[in-house]
Amino acid sequence: MSAKEYVDVITYHKKDGQIKPLYIVWHNGVKYPIDRVTQITRAASYIAGGSGIRYTCYFQGQQRYLFLEEDRWFIEKKGG
Amino acid sequence: MERTIFHCDLNGFYASVECLHHPEYRNVPMAVGGDAEKRHGIILAKNQLAKKYNIKTGEALWQARQKCPELVIVKPNFSMYLRFSRLVKAIYADYTDQIESFGIDEAWVDVTESLHLFGSAQELADEIRRRVREEIGLTLSVGVSFNKIFAKLASDYKKPDATTVITRENMREIVWPLPVGDLLYVGRATEKKLNMLGIYTIGDCAEYDLAILVRKLGKWGEYIWRFANGLENSSVSLQGSEPTVKSIGNSTTTPRDLRCFDDIRIVCYILAESVAARLREANLQCSTVTVYIRDVELEGCMRQAQLSFPSDISDEIAEAAMRLFRDNIKFDLPIRSIGVKASELSWGEQSFQLSLFGDQVKRDKSLALEKSVDVIRQRYGAKSVQRLMMLQDGLLSGFNPKQDHVIFPESYFKG
Repeated sequence: MSAKEYVDVITYHKKDGQIKPLYIVWHNGVKYPIDRVTQITRAASYIAGGSGIRYTCYFQGQQRYLFLEEDRWFIEKKGG
Repeated sequence: MERTIFHCDLNGFYASVECLHHPEYRNVPMAVGGDAEKRHGIILAKNQLAKKYNIKTGEALWQARQKCPELVIVKPNFSMYLRFSRLVKAIYADYTDQIESFGIDEAWVDVTESLHLFGSAQELADEIRRRVREEIGLTLSVGVSFNKIFAKLASDYKKPDATTVITRENMREIVWPLPVGDLLYVGRATEKKLNMLGIYTIGDCAEYDLAILVRKLGKWGEYIWRFANGLENSSVSLQGSEPTVKSIGNSTTTPRDLRCFDDIRIVCYILAESVAARLREANLQCSTVTVYIRDVELEGCMRQAQLSFPSDISDEIAEAAMRLFRDNIKFDLPIRSIGVKASELSWGEQSFQLSLFGDQVKRDKSLALEKSVDVIRQRYGAKSVQRLMMLQDGLLSGFNPKQDHVIFPESYFKG
């Protein structure tokens, strides 16, 4: 099973070009708000297989990496 | 001032990109290979596990499968490789603007002027390797030296993901024991000649009498001698200063062997049409046409001829090429691949001496016709309008060299 999960993301594009992800929309349509982004850096994901701009996000106190790979977003699936 | 030049070589580039994207390939022997059905069936890159089976870049897929039956072979995805190549170069660009690409996966990076900001050469090389590994997900071998040739040798010295430093102090221990064939531009033929002179290692070459080398090998003798002694001093060109075009060519390995001139003609016209269209796109005309011929035993040769007028008309280029093919192909062995190249380029629409006997009106008409064809093809595709002869053999004519992605090997002597 692939550990790479492409997801829908609702984003806020700032006038200086920065992109801030606000919500992840899961397959069942449930919106998960991103409480905080603590780091934005270019990084590879060896778990999911890919590389892009990595957003360190907090969802309900839990830390997860969200990657922007060119024009698509993915997360690393746990136990994938 | 002593220069500090890095040669950065992405290890098993295509295979590494594939392994990054497909975690399931990481623990199996895997290689990126061309399309076997179209007979582009060679290994382009392999991962570390495949390397253990002694699989070599350039060998046929069936040979590789004999060595390792469970080898996973994936098709190349060139647009993805180009994206990664750009990402890695963006990291180099954080340290200098002197970045000279050598193919898609290698580059020379001159950090002489910025090194004092980042510590020692070893530290900076390790830092670049770490960033490429963490930010992009690929491994890099970095060779550090005071000239481009030794930097390249150093990056080959230890792989993968390693830094090797060659200084004036340690060059005798590191460089000189290496076989002379490891030097850039010493191919099999030159190596054989050097062996006949008793030169087997780079050190042998460095200590050889220059005058004799020049007598035996001409100016190449001097180049190689200078390389071996660490005297090479060409500079690393600035990023983006792409060399001006010297030639435009296309070649192809055909889906089946070519056994008669009718076969050759079909492929020759397709190649010539592509070359002529690319010339017109760049507003260039050529005065020399070169053909390249390779038979099924992989023996190859090149032949060239002058055109009477600078031209960007596919008929003229194709006819010149066909003449060369007719003069040089005997069909002792079937032909596996051919190429057509236009060189001695000049800007189009320059004035030139008309021939008293040539039919310039006909040339103007041909050119107008071909320009119309360009427009039609651009809108409706390469096959929307084609020569009748292409219908004789859809297999041979079923490729589009202008569009199909080709990454050309690069030459060190670009000037």
